Amino acid sequence: MIPPAFDYTRPATVDEAVRALADAGDEGKVLAGGQSLLPLLRLRLAFPELVVDVGRIPGLRGVREVGDSLTIGALTTHHEVIRDPLVRRYAGLLAAATATVADPAVRHRGTLGGSLAHADPAGDLPAVMLALDGELVAVGPRGRRTIPAREFFVDYLQSALTADELLVEVRIPKADGWGFHYEKFQRVAQAWAIVGVAALVRRDNGHIAEARVGLTNMGSTPLRASAAEAALSGAGDPDAVARAAQEAAEGTRPAQDTSASPEYRAHLARVLTKRAVLTAAGMG
Amino acid sequence: MTRISVKVDGTTYEDEVEPRLLLVHYLRDRLGLTGTPIGCDTSNCGACTVDLDGESVKSCSVLAVQADGSDVTTVEGLAHNGELSGLQRAFHERHALQCGYCTPGMLMAARDLLRENPNPSADDVRQGLEGNLCRCTGYQNIVRAVLAASGQEVTA
Amino acid sequence: MSGTVEREVGRPRLRKEDARLITGQTNWTDNISVNGLLHVAILRSPMAHSRLDRVDVSAALDRPGVVAAFSGADLAEGLGSLPCAWPVTEDIVLPDHPPIAVDEVRYAGDPVAVVVARDRYAAADALEAIEVDYTPLPPVLDLEAALAEGAPLVHSDKGTNRCYDWPLKTGEDFDSVRECAEVTLKRRYHQQRLIPNAMEPRAVVVTPLAASGEYTVYSATQIPHILRVMLSVVTGVPEHKLRVVAPDVGGGFGSKLQVYGEEAIALTLARRLGRPVKWTESRSEGYLATHHGRGMIQDVEIAANRDGKLLGLKVDLLADMGAYLMLVTPGIPILGAFMYPAIYKMDSYDFTCTGVFTTRTPTDAYRGAGRPEATYAIERIMDDLAAELDLDPVELRHRNWIGHEDFPYTSIAGLTYDSGNYEAATEKALALFGYDKLRAEQADRNERGDAVRLGIGVSTYTEMCGLAPSRVLRDLRYAAGGWEAATIRMLPTGKVEVVTGTSPHGQGHVTCWSQIAADVLGVPFEDVEVVHGDTMAAPQGMDTYGSRSLVVGGSAVHHAALKVVEKARKVAAHLLEASEHDLEFTDGVFSVKGSPDARKTIQEVAFETFSSHDLPDGMAPTINAEYLVDPDNFSYPHGTHLCAVEVDTETGRTRIRSYVCVDDVGRVVNPAIVEGQVHGGLAQGIAQALFEEAVYDEEGNLLSGTMADYLVPSAADLPDFVTDRTETPSSTNPLGVKGVGEAGTIASTPAAVNAVVDALRPLGVRDVRMPCTPERVWQTLREAAR
Repeated sequence: MIPPAFDYTRPATVDEAVRALADAGDEGKVLAGGQSLLPLLRLRLAFPELVVDVGRIPGLRGVREVGDSLTIGALTTHHEVIRDPLVRRYAGLLAAATATVADPAVRHRGTLGGSLAHADPAGDLPAVMLALDGELVAVGPRGRRTIPAREFFVDYLQSALTADELLVEVRIPKADGWGFHYEKFQRVAQAWAIVGVAALVRRDNGHIAEARVGLTNMGSTPLRASAAEAALSGAGDPDAVARAAQEAAEGTRPAQDTSASPEYRAHLARVLTKRAVLTAAGMG
Repeated sequence: MTRISVKVDGTTYEDEVEPRLLLVHYLRDRLGLTGTPIGCDTSNCGACTVDLDGESVKSCSVLAVQADGSDVTTVEGLAHNGELSGLQRAFHERHALQCGYCTPGMLMAARDLLRENPNPSADDVRQGLEGNLCRCTGYQNIVRAVLAASGQEVTA
Repeated sequence: MSGTVEREVGRPRLRKEDARLITGQTNWTDNISVNGLLHVAILRSPMAHSRLDRVDVSAALDRPGVVAAFSGADLAEGLGSLPCAWPVTEDIVLPDHPPIAVDEVRYAGDPVAVVVARDRYAAADALEAIEVDYTPLPPVLDLEAALAEGAPLVHSDKGTNRCYDWPLKTGEDFDSVRECAEVTLKRRYHQQRLIPNAMEPRAVVVTPLAASGEYTVYSATQIPHILRVMLSVVTGVPEHKLRVVAPDVGGGFGSKLQVYGEEAIALTLARRLGRPVKWTESRSEGYLATHHGRGMIQDVEIAANRDGKLLGLKVDLLADMGAYLMLVTPGIPILGAFMYPAIYKMDSYDFTCTGVFTTRTPTDAYRGAGRPEATYAIERIMDDLAAELDLDPVELRHRNWIGHEDFPYTSIAGLTYDSGNYEAATEKALALFGYDKLRAEQADRNERGDAVRLGIGVSTYTEMCGLAPSRVLRDLRYAAGGWEAATIRMLPTGKVEVVTGTSPHGQGHVTCWSQIAADVLGVPFEDVEVVHGDTMAAPQGMDTYGSRSLVVGGSAVHHAALKVVEKARKVAAHLLEASEHDLEFTDGVFSVKGSPDARKTIQEVAFETFSSHDLPDGMAPTINAEYLVDPDNFSYPHGTHLCAVEVDTETGRTRIRSYVCVDDVGRVVNPAIVEGQVHGGLAQGIAQALFEEAVYDEEGNLLSGTMADYLVPSAADLPDFVTDRTETPSSTNPLGVKGVGEAGTIASTPAAVNAVVDALRPLGVRDVRMPCTPERVWQTLREAAR
């Protein structure tokens, strides 16, 4: 299929991009890697008047170590994230989950910032950002602001970004020494997750001291499995983990679609949380 | 209209294009490079895979304007002076194609895969080709061909 | 008679087709561009069933680049109903099928209007400007509800949704057999709708020569010859003014065995406008507009004795026709009707099929076409019966199959199987599979109550291939014949052109026909070229489908080559001043017995014939030959497929652990190509078992409407297959071949589902509906636990 016509601009700086977005109001759309936007355009599910191609703005790509955090440019591609030594060392969960996104060709173009700003609850990375307690940095006409991941995902395909804001970077606290695992359940390799579970576990003396569990596709936004996290605290053996994982679907409202029923998704959330946490905790 | 300059298979083209023009339509309809086919509209099938600045991409999910200033290699640029690439030879020798419609994309994806991982296992090949669909071969001979080609020097 | 050194037939020759395909020098229909080409886009109904109150294309005409726009009513004149060539019963309900809807749409995707523009982007844009007023009508989706009294009608003028009832009762009366039987089992199986997904979407280009009223139609089709006849009938363009070309065609699997509305529309537009036009479907458009496959409810009842001996089989089918009858829509389940008894002996068979109209995309042939459905039902119920009788499923088959000494054998359905050896194929498969060891592991896992269960599925299939004896087709009320044509031209320089009526789209006919011709003529493989897929260059043929090409078309090539040799023999005898009977023909050389120096190569004979200076008296100056074959029986490939799966009872996920098949496709022309066909067939059959389904909502909208939602498996989702063969030559054709295009698809679906059910049987499961998605498995387990 054929995209509808749109105007196009390729700003050279973040400020130019923000100005273009502000001028376009609700009719503008940011193009980063285009791996979510282009299929939507081709199916004529989106009709932007202006596409703002931020793909060549310098300085928005790459990973830096800043104190106890990593700062990842929004235009860093999935492919770069997966291979980045700093990400692998301090945010292994992000590298592992990113490696499950779509397929290699899509990962060459798709960007971390793009997939977060798209705010698709079925995307793998939003739940990972929640589990990592990351922050997202946006620039708009009123300047720069930092949004905690917990506040970033507002609703289905809707982030906290305003129409004139551009996501420029992502900050992730180093999770040095935490065990991690991303358990993705899908029907075929390149399909979206029916449910995904991002688990981060800190162990102390053979027990789980702290667990963070992010859920993919268990509601209109990515979610933290707070009840399960609380129950996991102190768990010292697989049975305790399994019992705690029974809480994983508490407070979720998963959708009904062609790939699964809400009931099955809730069941999967429990099973996959158990598996993800066991693996992350080295108890698997 | 936006002016772009793109090098495709060694030749540089300059054109005025609509911003919405897909790279694959630019290749096929404007440049007449019909070796790269289109198999879907959701970037699932991978038939249109080309190499953009050294990485495999699905040319149905890239705008021609995004390729401005870039270097594109398509299936038509794989052979040099009539000499097939190792992967092309392996696809032929291992009967890795039937109707051949997915083949350009498979070759480009496999080329990228071997560049990343010169000695893949069969499972690596299967995972690495997850974004390319074939309806004829059941993939088995494609996997064999890529493994066979990995025994040879893989040129960029 | 023919060469004996390095025979071509049987060698894994690398394909001649590949050179262009691996370098991108292809000729797909969408690649074709000519001066002044216009692009067609089609507006399709967003609703399953609706009255068309108003279709206004005028605003589209004002859009930039638009040359013309038409509603269905605008094009109705001179555009007839699309044909159904297989009205399976005398009183079948045959609705009118306009290529563009005029007053009512009957499935989501039914064409409503067309735009013709200077490029594809302008055409796509202009569709947005067309105004249509719809009055929704009730959708018809459930096959049983559609037959109920007072159900809403797909075709209100017909007064019923019942398309036809087709019975086949043979042997003893089933009701009395059932009464005497010690065991009877009844099962209902669902054949979900599938979307064929040939990798090349459909496309058509029509170039007119307006002054002389001649048209060339390039189409991504499996059937250029049939298409030519039918397009002539539908559009009124005289057949001799139509040339149909199937350029490179990227797969078909039945989906391009069709006469599509878009082909007729494109021809009509080229005729009206006097300009060349092109239409290319997008994938998601094709999901609505290209016919679907399967779509049946199968009620199956089997009667047996306690010792496992089968007594009879009853099958009641409901088959979803979709909204209209397309080329062979009603015949698909009838192709299956003869295959339900499969390889088993029994005394009674009672089959009926009821065709039902629904407001969905029409169904038609999809790889296997009726035979996979039949094989699924019988092989599923055989496994269920084995469980019921506490017999090993292989043993149950053993007790009932036709022994190799019984051939030829006339099945209860009336087919005469000429040859086969089910014992040999099964024995080989069991050994390759490690059957006993896997059974032991399965028992161990069951004993331990392992969360991951092992299941083993068996499928011993046969199929009827080589479509088909024309007289049989007549008896089945199919409109055309089943013959095939070949012409062999010996060129003056000794090179060979084989002209075939088959129309390959991935099968490798160019390579295989070269092998066949090279053997008979004794010429090098490289010296043979094959001409196909163009009604001007290859004017006679019945095209490619139903695993017929090698069996019928390959035989025609073989016969034509023999005729060439016989003609050449006359010339050679004349030139060598010898009697024809004293000539030997070996490796392309005629020599006189006893005088080895007196020889003429077939190439020399070709040149002498070209110059014609010294031919036998009365002989026409050609050794070219044509041959048409009409087979007198089908061919019957068979085989044994074994599938081992691991089912995670926690998530419901199925993983194929190993897959072994031993197929008997008769003599093999090219083993590499045969293996490739089996691999691809297995992938498609397993895809039906585990992954694919065309899902509709209750309004009749296709929910699995893109490749992101309809799950075609990738390399990462499929296992390596172990394939092997036994070779029992067919006696129904001179090559001894049986056909291989559909075998893998037919056998693998029941093998995989049998394995899933086998894994879960100890947990109380006796069926899992296809596709066996993780959720379905999980739900089934939950229900079984209650």
